[in-house]
Amino acid sequence: MEQKTLITAQDGKQDIIVTREFDLPVELLFKAHTEPTLLEQWMGLTVLKLDSRNHGSFEFETIREGKAVFTANGTIHQVTPNKTIVRTFEMNNLLAGVRLEFLEFESISKDTSKLTMQMIYQSEHHRAEQLKLPFANGLNMAHNRLQEMLTIDK
Amino acid sequence: MNLRRDVFQAISDPTRRAILLLLTTQTMTAGAIASNFDTARPTVSKHLQILTECELLKQAQNGREIYYQINANKMKEVADFLEPFRQMWDDKFNKLETVMKNYKSTNKK
Repeated sequence: MEQKTLITAQDGKQDIIVTREFDLPVELLFKAHTEPTLLEQWMGLTVLKLDSRNHGSFEFETIREGKAVFTANGTIHQVTPNKTIVRTFEMNNLLAGVRLEFLEFESISKDTSKLTMQMIYQSEHHRAEQLKLPFANGLNMAHNRLQEMLTIDK
Repeated sequence: MNLRRDVFQAISDPTRRAILLLLTTQTMTAGAIASNFDTARPTVSKHLQILTECELLKQAQNGREIYYQINANKMKEVADFLEPFRQMWDDKFNKLETVMKNYKSTNKK
């Protein structure tokens, strides 16, 4: 099976590039990143603030059992509708530090589009800290996925 | 020109992932590996060459035969870190697609 989401993280570099093609017009792909209620649904978090404009900012959190398990914030540098978002992204209390993100939205056809996300870390070491995270959460994630599948089946 | 192969490029190919999977339980010769695929033998050889160049596979000479085996250290490095990260985004993006398709059909009505 061909993978839809591709990741590139070359040795000796400090960035990660994530690419994905969507079965969606570029306008909807972009909207999913700027509309708080939509972003909440697919990112699985609560949007405390999302000011999608040049010199804007954002703040997200996830609460599990009354505790904030994930909080993230950043500054939005530049927003060009249906084309680009340039922002910083920091997950609080993590060793990965602040990253700079370039999100590029491309229209492939009327109903398909592509997202290229380049995340640049302070150093290769900071990037490694980031990559370790989902591995640590790996078991947890497998469990969540299973639960989602069961929920959808109902 | 001897370009160092990108390990992540290497595992992005489905045939190469299938080869790695095949070799997780045994060491095999190129011929034995090729017999598991419909692909032409030279194509399989090319895949093996790429996997070897990026150190995901090691070659071991046994008499006249060359056996391929997984380079566990390198595999661990890749599998531990990158694949879960990819999976995480893949899950999120799948959800994005579903959410936006629902949004589209709701807003058409």
